[in-house]
Amino acid sequence: MAASDTKTLAANTEAEEREHQARSPKGRGLWSGVLRQKLAMIGLVIVGFFAIAAVVGPLVAPSGPTEQFPEYRLQGPSSEYWFGNDEFGRDIFSRLLYGARISFQVGVIAVGISALIGIMIGMLAGYFGGWLDNIATLLMDVLYSFPTILLAIAIMAMLGNSLANVMIAIGIVNAPTFMRVIRGAVLSVRRTTYVEAAISVGSPTSRVMMRHVLPNVTAPLIVHASLNFAYAVLAEASLAFLGLGNRPPSPSWGSMVSSSYGFLQLAPWAAIFPGVTIALTVLGFNLLGDGLRDALDPRLRNEHG
Amino acid sequence: MLKFIINRVLLMIPILLGVSLVTFIIVRSIPGDPVRVLIGMDQRATPEQIDNIRRAYGLDQPLPVQYLRWMSHVLQGDLGSSLRTTRPLTTELGLRLPVTAELTVLAAVLGTIPALVFGVLAALRRNTRFDWLTTAFTMIGISVPNFLLATVLVLLFSFRLKWLPPVGYTPFTEDPIQNLKTMVLPAISLAMPFMAIMMRFTRSSVLEVIGQEYVRVARAKGLPQRRVLLRHILPNAGIPILTIAGIQVAALLGGTVIVEQIFGLPGVGRYIYEAIANRDYPVVQSVVLVMATIFVMVSLVVDVLYAVLDPRLRTG
Repeated sequence: MAASDTKTLAANTEAEEREHQARSPKGRGLWSGVLRQKLAMIGLVIVGFFAIAAVVGPLVAPSGPTEQFPEYRLQGPSSEYWFGNDEFGRDIFSRLLYGARISFQVGVIAVGISALIGIMIGMLAGYFGGWLDNIATLLMDVLYSFPTILLAIAIMAMLGNSLANVMIAIGIVNAPTFMRVIRGAVLSVRRTTYVEAAISVGSPTSRVMMRHVLPNVTAPLIVHASLNFAYAVLAEASLAFLGLGNRPPSPSWGSMVSSSYGFLQLAPWAAIFPGVTIALTVLGFNLLGDGLRDALDPRLRNEHG
Repeated sequence: MLKFIINRVLLMIPILLGVSLVTFIIVRSIPGDPVRVLIGMDQRATPEQIDNIRRAYGLDQPLPVQYLRWMSHVLQGDLGSSLRTTRPLTTELGLRLPVTAELTVLAAVLGTIPALVFGVLAALRRNTRFDWLTTAFTMIGISVPNFLLATVLVLLFSFRLKWLPPVGYTPFTEDPIQNLKTMVLPAISLAMPFMAIMMRFTRSSVLEVIGQEYVRVARAKGLPQRRVLLRHILPNAGIPILTIAGIQVAALLGGTVIVEQIFGLPGVGRYIYEAIANRDYPVVQSVVLVMATIFVMVSLVVDVLYAVLDPRLRTG
């Protein structure tokens, strides 16, 4: 499935890093640099638009998310209903605006949960090493061995079918990739002179971790969080498509696609518009994440300087 | 070499144990009484009958005992039986695994070939329009949910052109051509993100190798481009690509849950989804374990291949 598997996300990250390593200071074409910035800008615009829709969407939506206009059932796009109407005559455009808030909520909270788990375990594992690291790594490998969507479905079954549990399930299944990123970053920071200096002047461990280690892993953290947002939106849509999480008539983008799938032949727009909205949003976060890496990766900064 | 393989196999054991434990804990925490599910709407069942069923399935035992019992059965090749159909799971899986295997393999093949070709070409023609289009394609490929792709494909090839059926399955043994017709759209839907990520990875791996000194030396020696590519670039770029391909198999397996649902394929992905909805404990437990084991096995094979290709790793 589209990056809705954390393994795809991790592979994407690694590909990106390899591209960076491949870029020798001289070999980096100006054209590609400008282009990458442009792509990142497009990503930023999409993400900004999405964020605005999530915040003010419900206020400006022409009609309510469940408001039915029976005389417009399965009508195509019109000047009144821009994206057409679904099988109940509901305005698809308005529903998408309301749905943006759901996706945004899921993204923020799921990424927050993953990041929290990942930072805690990743920092402990990377900083202290030893048996703690072994256990954390084993746990991560175990979680990583499940197909992500399957693990998310199983966790949903355990916790119950609600939107809050969707956030928790996505947050848990994606925590290993955060842990991996943080652990790696901590390992490299751990060896730097300034951390050694802080330890040798007697700073308590907690202070070293909060003041010296954590601030220096924020760059990879931000990049990963942005790419992760893409994953979370996609995962929520996939679970909703399967009927998990927010159930109809709630305007979750994924469930809009699945409920309209039965009317595909009569009214393709009812499934296509929500589907394309999901894809665009995910694309925006992916582009932004890649661009952020370009901007925040210190290895690249040296190349410019 | 043998030592490396043995080490690697030993390393699998704690992971598989962890996987089985996590699976067991999750499945047993799913609310709802499986015996209730089992007897369904039959309200006449007396408490005594319920107890009998519970005992028959070993559900009256303490959880650690149930876990050990399940593991010992699994290790003897007995995956248990479905609460609903009471058929042994090995039989059920025997019917469904080939469908999922065909779908996954087809998707992997459909995804890998263009990924390698376009990935290598994009790296060789870096910073050209072709390279840029490839990058754009991969970004879109990893962003499009597979149910959207499935929707578009069905609209185009089933409803508009009427070439392929939108839903349904024909076994290969019955009618190979019809079988492929029912498999093509699901396989493409499943393959897209796999192809995109493999393409991007191929491009970046080749780019990385191209910058190495041995490639420059090979070129300086005057070797023809073709030979540099085949002898020096591809074998070295191939190793990381292989690793990612192995890991991505898990993503493909997970994707079958959605794709099989859309196209009505009677595979493992759909089976497990239904089993979760029906609270069919033994099915969920064992099938999740089987899927995770397949993934761990694939990683093992990849690691061994890795060691075969790259002697530096054999000692580690």
